[in-house]
Amino acid sequence: MRRHLVTALLVLAVIALFATPLLLDRDSEYAGTDSQATELVQESDPGYEPWFESVFSPGSSEIESGLFALQAALGGGVLGYAIGRLRGRRTAQRAAAESPTPGP
Amino acid sequence: MHIAEGFLPPAHAIGWTVAAAPFVVHGARCVVKEVREHPESTLLLGAAGAFTFVLSAIKLPSFNGSSSHPTGTGLGAVLFRPPVMALLGTVVLLFQALLLAHGGLTTLGANAFSMAVVGPWVGYGAYRLVRRVGGGLLPGVFAAMALADLATYVTTSLQLALAFPDAESGLVGAALKYLGVFAVTQVPLAVGEGLLGVLLFRVLTVNARPELERLGVLRPAPEPGFGAEPRPASGAETRPASGAENRPGSGAGTGTAEREELR
Repeated sequence: MRRHLVTALLVLAVIALFATPLLLDRDSEYAGTDSQATELVQESDPGYEPWFESVFSPGSSEIESGLFALQAALGGGVLGYAIGRLRGRRTAQRAAAESPTPGP
Repeated sequence: MHIAEGFLPPAHAIGWTVAAAPFVVHGARCVVKEVREHPESTLLLGAAGAFTFVLSAIKLPSFNGSSSHPTGTGLGAVLFRPPVMALLGTVVLLFQALLLAHGGLTTLGANAFSMAVVGPWVGYGAYRLVRRVGGGLLPGVFAAMALADLATYVTTSLQLALAFPDAESGLVGAALKYLGVFAVTQVPLAVGEGLLGVLLFRVLTVNARPELERLGVLRPAPEPGFGAEPRPASGAETRPASGAENRPGSGAGTGTAEREELR
């Protein structure tokens, strides 16, 4: 039980960590640091022109967030698959060890 | 921490690319070698790459009203040592540069250097240090994840300061300015990433014990017969597999993770 309790507390801590700013500061836009840095560069060096354009830019913020979601989904899928395989292997080993005729 | 496409002067872009390239090439060799010699670690390699892939796609709010994303490179650095992450992190950055217009090809070298080289090495160093002074596996993992994340953003700040020193306050002023954007935002995210890493390692220590022992992350379990063994070999009590992990903490043979924690 203790193991599950620790897991639950860890999950809660992670959620709390990212929910608190949203609750404390509802009006903030939570702009990305990448774009803030870009603005700072242009402030400190107004003459600077980016000398290269992205080869592909998502047409709208909807497409962009969709692609971000795709990235997260791909990563989550692979991560889940790997952990699922490892867990299944362990379950199978345990079953083999406990069965009256152990496998090879 | 992405420096946007075209936002580093050509000399800097080339310089960082030259600096990062050997690490990435060496990392690619390490990945190939690992997969060839130990095909069974492919699953864990996939998990480490996937973890970075997920985390760097998720933008999270921070206490100072801006948002940023974790990097997830500490996990692979602890498991497979930092060179492997030089390749995996760069692949993630390349994906984002090509498909998301985040970061860029001209700034790929600089971004790879901060996220795929400095982050994993700092994280790995922190992990080794915690273990050396007697800290357990999970505190070590927490330090690795959090500091790999933070070090990445500090590096980005310094890269920008080098390229765009402040007109009045010079390099130091510019560095402080960019650290104000990147490092401050990143502190809570680094803590969150550390906690996520601990969660994931708790799962791995139970389910991927043989791999972790081979990789030297976990010490091999004591020989059977010394106390109760939670390994499958015991088979003394028959339990349903689903309830296997939740034996009372005070009993013998608690989850191996907890025993590891005490080291």
